[in-house]
Amino acid sequence: MSEKRFAPLSVFQHLILWIAVLVIVFPPFVLVLNAFKSKTEFAQTSVFKLPHSFLNFDNFAAVITRAHLDRAYMNTLFIIVIAVIGNVALGTMVAYVLGRFDFKLKNLIMGTYIALSFVPTITTQVATFTVVKNLHLYNTLWAAIVLNLGTSVLQLFIYLQFLRNIPRELDEAAMMEGASLFRIYRTIIFPLLTPATATIVIIKTIGIYNDMFTPYLYMPAQKLTVVSTSLMNFSSERSTEWEMMSAAILLIMLPIIVLYLFFQRYVFAGIVNGAVK
Amino acid sequence: MIDSLSYSLQKRILIVLFLLVPIALMAVFSLYPTGYLVFLSFMSWDGFSPEKTWVGIANYKEVFQTKEIWQAFGHNFVYVIWGLLQNALGLFFALVLNSKLKGRNGYRVMLFMPYIMNGVAVAYMFNYVFNSEYGSFNMMLRGMGLDSLAISWFGSPKAVNHVLGFITLWKFMGLNMVIYLAALQSVPSEIIEAAKIDGASRFQTTMRVVLPNITQVIELNLFLTIIGTLEMFDLPFILTGGGPLGASDTFLTKTVATAFKFNNFGLASAMSITLIALVVVVLGIQRLATRRWSE
Repeated sequence: MSEKRFAPLSVFQHLILWIAVLVIVFPPFVLVLNAFKSKTEFAQTSVFKLPHSFLNFDNFAAVITRAHLDRAYMNTLFIIVIAVIGNVALGTMVAYVLGRFDFKLKNLIMGTYIALSFVPTITTQVATFTVVKNLHLYNTLWAAIVLNLGTSVLQLFIYLQFLRNIPRELDEAAMMEGASLFRIYRTIIFPLLTPATATIVIIKTIGIYNDMFTPYLYMPAQKLTVVSTSLMNFSSERSTEWEMMSAAILLIMLPIIVLYLFFQRYVFAGIVNGAVK
Repeated sequence: MIDSLSYSLQKRILIVLFLLVPIALMAVFSLYPTGYLVFLSFMSWDGFSPEKTWVGIANYKEVFQTKEIWQAFGHNFVYVIWGLLQNALGLFFALVLNSKLKGRNGYRVMLFMPYIMNGVAVAYMFNYVFNSEYGSFNMMLRGMGLDSLAISWFGSPKAVNHVLGFITLWKFMGLNMVIYLAALQSVPSEIIEAAKIDGASRFQTTMRVVLPNITQVIELNLFLTIIGTLEMFDLPFILTGGGPLGASDTFLTKTVATAFKFNNFGLASAMSITLIALVVVVLGIQRLATRRWSE
């Protein structure tokens, strides 16, 4: 349309947006400036000064060994892989049964899922803690896995919504050919839910990676630290070595930012579906 | 083998098999803890000893009579103020981005980014920004000659909650924006065109046509924000530990400390139930408001 007429407005819009972007980028940018500085360089220069070289990866290497970040990444990855696979398997199963069949307890089950979603998880940890202890999962990686296996309402809604758009005629055609219901789930429903699964995998991965409280509470052992808790441990020991902390913070932020940039479509889909439903 | 079973039998088997594990998980890790929480709230228990003593509603009485708990709860309201500002900004940027602006997806990706960042990392990053001596924020203030404003942000009981509130805004504004943006995009373009043809200005169209069409989503966002502020925990827990002298304690940091630091699981449970009740009340108010809008 008449792009020229709106030119002053769009300049103003870009300006406002740039200010917002600056406010967002400023804190991580200062980290980037200082993570590449040596101890003396950090002490002698302003925090806003560029480092001598952006190729000085000493701090990053030191942080990985001193904060045992390699182990933390592996622990986190282990939890994410097992929890997400289990979570998707169970989530699609629940959605298939609740979305395709009618039975007596269906509404009760749906209602319970919804009702429990209003209970903030942190508040119930007092009680969950005793459950985890009694199951002998305390101080094992399985504590975090098991606590992330369950289907959330958000997930259930995303799956059910997708399932509604898979025509029942597909199920019926397969039944005509004598396929079992399990086979229908495995060869028709599960593959067709892939877009929803992609969204859930991304959202869940980000969620587990960023979760601090579960590992903090249930896995205090040194060798079980995940990325979030490794940063907490590292900081309590050397909170004053800021050039080191800068490197550590960046190393922890980076994987999820990269994941987000590559899969932003799925992230936004998950957020919007979850909120508007 | 399975293929030969009748479909109604298959259906029954499948329902049981497919729901067995999920329901067990829900029962063990959600339903039971919630029930147990209610039970514990009537008990006196240190979390270790095998004995729990029934104390009736004494824990609830203590919750309502302990001044520090409600002082901590008062701090949550500082977050509510920042949460409202966060929503206003989220809506504003959604409106700006809901146009044919060049590079709008890039802006959306940038403004949403803080939401997906690791919360612990964000907390320590801002520890760096707001440190009184070396923090980049105070450096900037001093650079502009505003030395008197360069205070100890985490050390001042008056400022600390506002600093934490600001960090919350920084992290969650993009979430609100993305939800608003999705709602704006679902407003039918015909009615916007119709308003334009009737000679409405851009501002008038926004105020009279677009916003009334997304009131439900505005409510939803406000609701999410208020619940989030009632449940504020991570930031004060990591950054200040509730300090200085409890000035940045929230209802939840107090609850968690009561349980895991002071081993008073009964009182902590009663605090949790009180918070859940508050959330349900807020939810109820929201439902009522929604009904009034739709009438």
